[in-house]
Amino acid sequence: MGLLSDPNRRKALTGLLTRLNTPICIVCYLAGIVWFMGLAFEPFTLRTYMSENAMGSTMVEERFSSGERALSLAKEFDAHKRQARGMPVEWLVKAMQSRGLEVFTQSFSRKLPFPDENKERYMVRGTNVYGILRAPRAPRTEALVITAPCSPGNTNNQAVALLLALAQYFRNQIYWAKDIIFLVNEHDLIGTQAWLEGYHHTNITGMEYSPLQGRAGSIQAALSLELSSDVITSLDLVLEGLNGQLPNLDLANLFYAFCQKLGVLCTIQGKLQRNDWDTAEGYTHAAQTMMLMVLKQACGRSWGDHGLFLRYHIEAASVRGINSFRHYKTDATTIGRLLEGMVRKLNNLLERLHQSYFFYLLPSLSRFVSIGYYMPAFGLLAVILLLRVSFPGLCHCFSVSLQPSSPGVLTVLTPVVISHLTGVALYLLPVHLQEMAVEHFPVSETEAVVLTAIAIYTAGLALPHNTQRLLSGEGTEQGWKVLKLTALLYLAVLLGCTALINFSLGFILAVTLVPITASITPHMPKALYAVVMVLLSPAFTILYCVFIYQELIEAPVSVSEGWMLFLSVISQGILDHALYGSLVYPLLALFIYPCWLMFWNILFWN
Amino acid sequence: FRLSSLIGHISTCPSLIGQCCQRHPGSVDEFQEELVIRPLHSGDIYASFQFRTLWDTDFLQEGQKVSHYRLFPKSLGQVLSKFSVRELHISFTQGFWRTMQWGQPFIPSPPGAELWVWFHDTVSDVDGNWKELTNVLSGIFCASLNFIDLTNTVQPSASFKPLGLGNATDHRFLRYATLPREIVCTENLTPWKKLLPCGSKAGLAVLLKSEKLFHSSFHSQAVHIRPVCQDEQCTSKAWELRQTLNVVFDLYTAGQGKKEWSLFKMFSRTLTEACPLATSSKVYVDITDNPELFELSPATPLLSQAVVLGDRRTYSVFDLTRAETFGQLRSLNLLLRWKGDGGEMLRPLLHAERYVAGFGLQTGEIHTVIYNNHPYRAFPVLLMDSVPWYLQLYIHTLTVTSKSRDNKPSYIHYQPAKDRHRPHLLEMLIQLPPHSMTEVTVQFERALLKWTEYTPDPNHGFYVGSSVVSALVPSMVAMNTNFTQDQPLFSSFVPVKEESSYFVRVYTEPLLVNLPTPDFSMPYNVICLTCTVVAVGYGSFYNLLTRTFQVDEPSLPLAKRLANLIRRIRGVPLLT
Repeated sequence: MGLLSDPNRRKALTGLLTRLNTPICIVCYLAGIVWFMGLAFEPFTLRTYMSENAMGSTMVEERFSSGERALSLAKEFDAHKRQARGMPVEWLVKAMQSRGLEVFTQSFSRKLPFPDENKERYMVRGTNVYGILRAPRAPRTEALVITAPCSPGNTNNQAVALLLALAQYFRNQIYWAKDIIFLVNEHDLIGTQAWLEGYHHTNITGMEYSPLQGRAGSIQAALSLELSSDVITSLDLVLEGLNGQLPNLDLANLFYAFCQKLGVLCTIQGKLQRNDWDTAEGYTHAAQTMMLMVLKQACGRSWGDHGLFLRYHIEAASVRGINSFRHYKTDATTIGRLLEGMVRKLNNLLERLHQSYFFYLLPSLSRFVSIGYYMPAFGLLAVILLLRVSFPGLCHCFSVSLQPSSPGVLTVLTPVVISHLTGVALYLLPVHLQEMAVEHFPVSETEAVVLTAIAIYTAGLALPHNTQRLLSGEGTEQGWKVLKLTALLYLAVLLGCTALINFSLGFILAVTLVPITASITPHMPKALYAVVMVLLSPAFTILYCVFIYQELIEAPVSVSEGWMLFLSVISQGILDHALYGSLVYPLLALFIYPCWLMFWNILFWN
Repeated sequence: FRLSSLIGHISTCPSLIGQCCQRHPGSVDEFQEELVIRPLHSGDIYASFQFRTLWDTDFLQEGQKVSHYRLFPKSLGQVLSKFSVRELHISFTQGFWRTMQWGQPFIPSPPGAELWVWFHDTVSDVDGNWKELTNVLSGIFCASLNFIDLTNTVQPSASFKPLGLGNATDHRFLRYATLPREIVCTENLTPWKKLLPCGSKAGLAVLLKSEKLFHSSFHSQAVHIRPVCQDEQCTSKAWELRQTLNVVFDLYTAGQGKKEWSLFKMFSRTLTEACPLATSSKVYVDITDNPELFELSPATPLLSQAVVLGDRRTYSVFDLTRAETFGQLRSLNLLLRWKGDGGEMLRPLLHAERYVAGFGLQTGEIHTVIYNNHPYRAFPVLLMDSVPWYLQLYIHTLTVTSKSRDNKPSYIHYQPAKDRHRPHLLEMLIQLPPHSMTEVTVQFERALLKWTEYTPDPNHGFYVGSSVVSALVPSMVAMNTNFTQDQPLFSSFVPVKEESSYFVRVYTEPLLVNLPTPDFSMPYNVICLTCTVVAVGYGSFYNLLTRTFQVDEPSLPLAKRLANLIRRIRGVPLLT
């Protein structure tokens, strides 16, 4: 600060920053990218460790042995499911009751804003069945949840059966300190959402549900189980939840510890861990795992039933059984033991999981990157925006814009308001105009919504010419500078806030938006820069993410398949917002896209 | 000499029921013990012990010191006289009574510790007495009752009336507190057993083995002290000490899933004798559902009927003071074997539950749901809620709805909390329509505590004690209003005033609420960061904003400075 109070040195610093502004920005950008890619390099990451004392030292002994019975139960469940053509509610109620649980059901219904073509549903009506194992001598203040979705077809029968087998085994034990809720939910996430809203007596998504009859106090942790075959080769842990929320890292540590103990292969993002970090392949593998996590977190949807619990401050994770063609097989008894061990350790908790990290990236299950390590990568990108605000001939706008002779407030306000109105249109119209679109065009409702969204998005690009007409006079040199100043500050605040809540989303947006927004002026070759800007716009970012994601999960797609996936991603994003309250779609439509439009305006300023 | 004569008396007594009602001029104190076994619908089994000691003295009236103790424990007697206690009720409960599966208990109690005391109206400093009393009781029962202070003590205006003699209505002399977090274990059981005249050496108390009692679904022990009449005319008064212990054994964990219970399986002991000091020692087995549901062996010809909790029940009675009860093996091991299976949920006439709605750490809503399952009778209930101050209730959001219609309480007593001094107290008289669900909701905001006020494990959450629903529930059968000495103890605890209804108290579950909690693992980081920000950031910004800057004059060349030196000596204006 002594530096700033000395006018000479201040002048020197300002001069340096002004002269070297562009090189500094380029260096910052490259440093940000390199830093981010370096996060996956093993020597730069920390080894995971169990922070919670209550789960660390007390090793439990797993005794669950009825894996075979669970498998026969799975067949029985399958038969009843076929017979009932959906959830066999009565059978489940009886099965849970005979195992000594207090059983309750909850019915719910939800009309989707438009048909979901991926899952083929529109009017959803279903029933959740849950049984509560009351802990002996406990006052119903704390609970753990184990959930298994009742999925259509042949999937997840083993999960429901294992859940019932665990319930039977758990019921005979005396050591429970927390009630355990065994939940079988229908229609995957919609059922979970209905149950959670019912349990907490809230209504945030317009779901219709019958009130819950039985409760067990505040839920401390939840595990979701997805298992579709009798034997599995590996277990996959899914952590990414709604809006990019993650459960406490100790939950991942717990899973990893028990996989190690029982010798079960465990993966994250479907990728096994490698030990050769010092080879190029080893690094690439870790980087791919981390990139997958970043992409999944950025899209802000819940990647399993667990994701919806996180909003209620319930630490939750999904455990997914994977059966590939490896030789190494694990049977249901071992999976049961793994879950038993995890639940017993969670049962030992005195406090909610809070000791370990809530913000992290995982390049592998045993290595993590904490918030302190990954934030500088974003910081280096964000600082570019601030550097551009202060120096490239913009700084004297501060003083100029305050004078009455400067371009009127209207000059700047008009594009800002118009951009935001376009954003509002993008947010509201696709869902509301679907009926009209279906009437006039030969498309289905889902296609109508997605295509309307794309149409509005594209129509927004024509705005600069229209705004010019609205403006009273010619756009002045000062005018675009003030607009750019506003837009840069706005983008910096937006990205900063986003990155704090959902680092991945913030970072991905920063990577694509920062270079073009930092360099844009009206004096550039318009056609070339227009193409570049469009290619770096939010919609194209989503498209790239789709391709990169497909590449990373080793299922590359052709351009046309990619386009179809892109369309379904958009419709899923809108649905996630309506059904579960995911915030990525409104963020993009109401803030990021208008902000990008403001820069588009600058390019066409005249 | 007295003890031996009493034992002799019991062994020769042909009919004990006839005898114990007569007043013996020699024996002033009296001790009765009783065990009720009730097979529950769910396949679990409920065992309820009651021990009653009558103490024939009236020291409060005469103001004289009593130093002679026979059966009544001296530690409690001294407490009564020192603190001028009129009535004292204390219970320690581990677990929650599941009304939907088990029906009503004989004497209900909330999870954790509950203490309510009526002081004599001569006491001037009630709060002082209460403070000391809780500390003394804390020592006697080896419990954390010393955590009871003004922040969790309330004075309910209507919910807790004296159960003994006297018609005190001035609730200034009543203190009520619960500690929902109190863990009850063997260290509380041992001092409780020591209060019994026979200890755990003889009589029913031999069954009270902690490794079995705490291998159960529910455990509750209580001490109730109150003044009672000695006879029907109430010519003389006596102190009654009732020690009760209720335990529910679980079908799956304790019974290995077999619907077959015996005294040995429950308590790992059989009965061989009565307590020699007891005038009556009985085991009751509820056989109302017999023989459809279960069979009982050995069979006993002695049957007794009692109207308890609005229901006429039949009991097999085993009189431990008779030798033939024990049979040839000289030991009594009751065996109950289920035939069918129940397991359906019950629909008790009155039932209540409570939960916290909402999410996030700023606000929330407490929902209390009260069910009246009576098909055609409406009845009023008294709801009492004591909420700690750190949940700041918005009392204007209080709503009571039955059958989706607003239900205006006919009486509301609300005492707002004072931060760090006293809790909220809310009492309401609500009319429950027949066959209905009544929901009471109130919103609250979570307070930010000072950092020293957090408990050692702050992320566990903070407890809110059970709310209490007290009601006179319409009875299906005529209640017995006659006061007789030979009534079984379990049916004579709460005085019955009228035939058409009976008194029930239902406790809801306690709540566990998370408050906004700072990250205590990094106070050092926080302190360092704050200090740095203040020192560097604020300091220099303040400096920059308040200081006026002036451009330094460039220094003069040497020749001018020399000239100035000469000019200063000469006294003429200097060169610049």
